[in-house]
Amino acid sequence: MAGSEEESRIIREMESLNESKRKIDDEIRVLQARLLQIRQNNHSSKTYGNNLPAHHIYRYSRHLLLPSFGVEGQANLLNSSVLVVGAGGLGSPALLYLAACGLGRLGIVDHDVVELNNLHRQIIHSEAYIGRPKVESAAAACRSINSTTQIVEYKEALRATNALEIMSKYDVILDATDNAPSRYMISDCCVVLGKPLVSGAAVGLEGQLTVYNYNGGPCYRCLFPTPPPTTACQRCSDSGVLGVVPGIIGCLQALEAVKISAKVGDPLSGRMLLLDAMSARIRIVKIRGRSPQCEACGDTSPLTRQQFQKFDYESFTQSPLSTTPLKLKLLPGDARISSTEFNKKIKDAEPYVLVDVRPSHHYKIVSLPRSLNIPLSSLEDRLPEISSALKKEQECRGLESGRGTALYVVCRRGNDSQRAVEYLHKMGFSTAKDIIGGLESWTFDIDPNFPTY
Amino acid sequence: MKLTLEFGGGLELLCDSVKIHNVDVDQKDVEEKLTMKDLLVWVGKNLIKERPEMFMKGDTVRPGVLVLVNDCDWELSGQLDTLLEEKDVVVFISTLHGG
Repeated sequence: MAGSEEESRIIREMESLNESKRKIDDEIRVLQARLLQIRQNNHSSKTYGNNLPAHHIYRYSRHLLLPSFGVEGQANLLNSSVLVVGAGGLGSPALLYLAACGLGRLGIVDHDVVELNNLHRQIIHSEAYIGRPKVESAAAACRSINSTTQIVEYKEALRATNALEIMSKYDVILDATDNAPSRYMISDCCVVLGKPLVSGAAVGLEGQLTVYNYNGGPCYRCLFPTPPPTTACQRCSDSGVLGVVPGIIGCLQALEAVKISAKVGDPLSGRMLLLDAMSARIRIVKIRGRSPQCEACGDTSPLTRQQFQKFDYESFTQSPLSTTPLKLKLLPGDARISSTEFNKKIKDAEPYVLVDVRPSHHYKIVSLPRSLNIPLSSLEDRLPEISSALKKEQECRGLESGRGTALYVVCRRGNDSQRAVEYLHKMGFSTAKDIIGGLESWTFDIDPNFPTY
Repeated sequence: MKLTLEFGGGLELLCDSVKIHNVDVDQKDVEEKLTMKDLLVWVGKNLIKERPEMFMKGDTVRPGVLVLVNDCDWELSGQLDTLLEEKDVVVFISTLHGG
């Protein structure tokens, strides 16, 4: 009891300190902006090579010493602006390098908040920012690296309705998002506005990188005129991702954006970089050029602003712009049970068999006691195991209680469990029920200490 | 004809999670050259173990799959009509959207 009092006292104290800290942060931000203005005014009178102010000469000296980059490259960066869409796994390292390199302006778009399970890969954020907007966290990190670059925050989701206005203010766009509709939308908007797009993606142990719509090169739709089926779109929250993999792709995105902004080198247009982290292989392949038949950038009827703003990217790709997990409803109410009801059945010592249909590597992370792991993919072959488990339970506990044995199915969020119950009903297990909301609901409603992932 | 076939971006999950396959594709006729169209049929029969709809749609690959013949987009070599030669490397890669 004393422990929990102590705990809530600490939480209260932290909250009040955090509130004061936030106020101080805001004041610092205002001061920083003023300082930046004063410095820019002071230095405007006296500049050196290619109009670089004195403090830039020292800060970016290692860039200036590169014969192929030099003061020209640095001056180009200073006169250039980059927008990063997504402050997640790809955006985090990209933003750190872009803040450091000496751009004139750097914009950040994201509608999400920082969560604990982001931190292993989204390295721009820290524990202190959990629960706060990613844009605020990323902007604070960027400002602390470089007070001379103007950092612009967009705490909103990028949509067809606001994309033109936001993106038109930048010279180079970085796609660091995590879903198919956003990728089509950002590419189309770049086509409409005539902006180069540095596109990166990473899932699991693989990454991909290319530059679209650069100097007559292809756009995203030239390569992928038809969207893939939604089942082919893996998400990091389902398939997992090794933290450093998006980190590498994000760094390479920053590199391409720096090259384009500084007007040096040969951007990765018409080529694609494929990273396979597991086998430590990077392959750069030649991809098709701009397609004259492309619906976005083609010769016949290029996309207009009006068409872009009205285009429904979510229905085009059959998937939502935000990555909220799917919530299926396949089963009638009497074929489902809430975690609270299920908990009551356990307490009442009713006989049951609980089948957990998650993949075995999920089951190894955490599972409910007395559950039987039969992954959905092998359910068809392992039905006899369910039959014998039901029989055994009936013999052990059903007889003494005089009740029939129930069959429950659980998964992570309550989608696969419904698919499984639908199949089990077809195969004669007519009493099978799924636990609504899966293990996540168990944590939420029954046991807050049961880990989620 | 000896070929190296590689699957990536999640497509390897359709063939027992093996990414690189060194295969010997038997040709019906030595005179007749093997095309990508023939190879897709062969892959569908011999390597794809589950969910074939995640690999093919009609007689070609499903939307969102890039096909690379010797590190070059097959759009540049004639797509389904691309002629294959001994020791060619063909990569099938599903485009990623995550980040």
